[in-house]
Amino acid sequence: MYVFDTIVHRLKRGCETMAYPKGPAPMLPDRHGGALRVEARKCVDDCNACISVCPTEAIVRPAGKAVALDLGRCIFCAACVETCPAKAITQTGDHRMAVRRREDLMLGESGREEIRLAAALDEKLRKLFGRSLRLRQVSAGGCAACEADTNVLGTIGWDLGRFGIQFVASPRHADGLLITGPVTKGMELALKKTWDAVPAPKIVIAVGACAIAGGPFVGHPQVNNGAAAIVPVDLFIPGCPPHPLTILDGLLRLLDRLDERVAPPAAR
Amino acid sequence: MSATTPFALLANASGLAWTEVPEWPAAEFVRATAAELSRGARLCSWFGVPDATGVRLVAVLAFDADNTLAVGRSTPVTGAYPALTATHSQGHLFEREVWEQHGLVPEGHPWLKPVRRANGTAPTVGEFFRVDGREVHEVAVGPVHAGIIEPGHFRFQCAGEEVLFLEIALGYQHRGVEEALAGGPHRATSNQMETVAGDTTIAHATAHATVREVLAGTEAPLRAQWLRAIALELERLANHTGDLGALANDVAFLPTSAACGKIRGDFLNLTALLCGNRFGRGLVRPGGCRYELDPARATELLARLETAVADAEQACTWLWDSASVRGRFENTGTVFPAQATEIGLVGLAARACGLVRDVRYDHPAGWYRFAQVPVVVWPGGDVFARARVRSLEIQRSGQFLRELLASPIEGELRGELAPATPGTLAVALVEGWRGEVCHVALTDSTGRFQRYKITDPSFHNWSGLALALRGAAISDFPICNKSFNLSYCGFDL
Repeated sequence: MYVFDTIVHRLKRGCETMAYPKGPAPMLPDRHGGALRVEARKCVDDCNACISVCPTEAIVRPAGKAVALDLGRCIFCAACVETCPAKAITQTGDHRMAVRRREDLMLGESGREEIRLAAALDEKLRKLFGRSLRLRQVSAGGCAACEADTNVLGTIGWDLGRFGIQFVASPRHADGLLITGPVTKGMELALKKTWDAVPAPKIVIAVGACAIAGGPFVGHPQVNNGAAAIVPVDLFIPGCPPHPLTILDGLLRLLDRLDERVAPPAAR
Repeated sequence: MSATTPFALLANASGLAWTEVPEWPAAEFVRATAAELSRGARLCSWFGVPDATGVRLVAVLAFDADNTLAVGRSTPVTGAYPALTATHSQGHLFEREVWEQHGLVPEGHPWLKPVRRANGTAPTVGEFFRVDGREVHEVAVGPVHAGIIEPGHFRFQCAGEEVLFLEIALGYQHRGVEEALAGGPHRATSNQMETVAGDTTIAHATAHATVREVLAGTEAPLRAQWLRAIALELERLANHTGDLGALANDVAFLPTSAACGKIRGDFLNLTALLCGNRFGRGLVRPGGCRYELDPARATELLARLETAVADAEQACTWLWDSASVRGRFENTGTVFPAQATEIGLVGLAARACGLVRDVRYDHPAGWYRFAQVPVVVWPGGDVFARARVRSLEIQRSGQFLRELLASPIEGELRGELAPATPGTLAVALVEGWRGEVCHVALTDSTGRFQRYKITDPSFHNWSGLALALRGAAISDFPICNKSFNLSYCGFDL
């Protein structure tokens, strides 16, 4: 009987895959906060309140200069948002955070209050990968959270396969790497070998604060402060860990698979 | 039996002055520890504390039946001491670790080799055990695995399909967590504790917060303890559900696999409802919790919890109804109770061997002193038992959460912490979803951390996986591995 029962239950549940990106993006949890916006011009003179509470030293204020926040180092604890007396650092609620260049994560200056979202791959690579992207995942000191929220994209709710994106079991079958973790010394050789084994042309995606800049472990002698120290990175997706929606947005943005007129980010 | 121990007794989530910890010369200390282990105590942690004249060995023992912990230490040692492992296998990884960290040689240790330290750009794994014979072949897997999973290396000695021996070499994930705690707590310490094992954020953060509170001579407000218990059980629900889905996937039973993948996310989203982060980052802090669970939010949490628990139980029913699943789970990857006791298995893997071993019951701290969860025990020690314990714990944790949410406690959520007491040893155990998370802190004369020792349940349990594979078919490795689902980074630190 159980086969019949199972089929009936399955039919009752219906299609559980979300409408996004054809429909609206799911809402982030209300306490998530999303990306940050930094308006250095609002800063109080000589105030260093945010700098002294940031656990990863993601905020700096060189003498005589404006405050600068590196969203790549940020682990989104929001301590600075709570502390800032001038409300110069605020949460935007936006899940979109992926960038192509490291410097696009530097926030603060006028005109650079928010991140500069990733551009798609060039036409040649888009032709190659746009409808079929195979990735090899390498965890290099990741704590299993970035891994879990990447893995979740393969479940029925997100169904990454519908975009032609798939995680494969061998670097030989891959078009690129998705790296998590600060790249520990212990994983340096394995990461290099994996990268070498991926046939060119290839891309590298760094997911999470650790893979971008070392995360909570930045500066430890046992880590490399991110994947870029070992391999060239084409896409940075911030977060600790990034919400699955943020990762999916990054992947689709890279492949130019997002039509934002149809799927605007959820308003808060 | 704890009444007659020469070790200093202390309850979970408490501390004592370092000078009150009884000490013996190393050989006598090892003998005293061995005597306690022989009469049923369990080794929670074993580590070195360096000082000017050598390294002191410290043992944290658990007398589960007496609901008490005990600590003892040696006088400073240099060079070598007689190995505890020679008589008690529970100590084998701990002694290798002390050797790696402090250079103390445990004489008579049968298998002294590195645990995790990197040598250049890869871990120092040392020589692998080899089985000789014309029919014997060796299979090497990892560090990079086929799925989206942390790195580790598995070395199988096989005769045909049969695994004669599995050796697990880790260290790829070593991020220097303990080293960074020296002289702490630092600004990033709470965040690092949340990522010791990212899927066990609440358990590690709670253990750390508890240790900090003990050192400050206080405890978190009751409302914070209540909220921590809610978050801890949500963490258990999410991971157990995910694991059952993964186990179903490994035996190609897709209905449960597909359903659990989604339901796991539903549980993670409940944690996100509490604090914005699906893994509970930022929720638990020394002194209390950072986010309030207001009544409207609690109502929503309960409603969504009911749906998710019902869905998870339904998905489990499909799993248990399937003869093909039972056929693949039963008698696969068996760990016998005697082995589990000998190697000091903890958590759900131990309970699946019929051992009653649950910190929430044996050493209740925090909210678990006031509200009890029945301990789930299943005999068998096989993949079936480990899956079965998970599915029963989903029911128990679901019911426990209903009770917790029905009886909220009013009050403050976070208190101020006084400076840490100098020269104090504090111990906190928390039953994470995998098992016992143990944090031990020792403060120096200024109240900073002189030594901070973290023992993730995976540290005890990886040996269990190696034993489960003996005599098994190598094709059963994925399902055995999934049935333990141990942490690599929690081990590597």
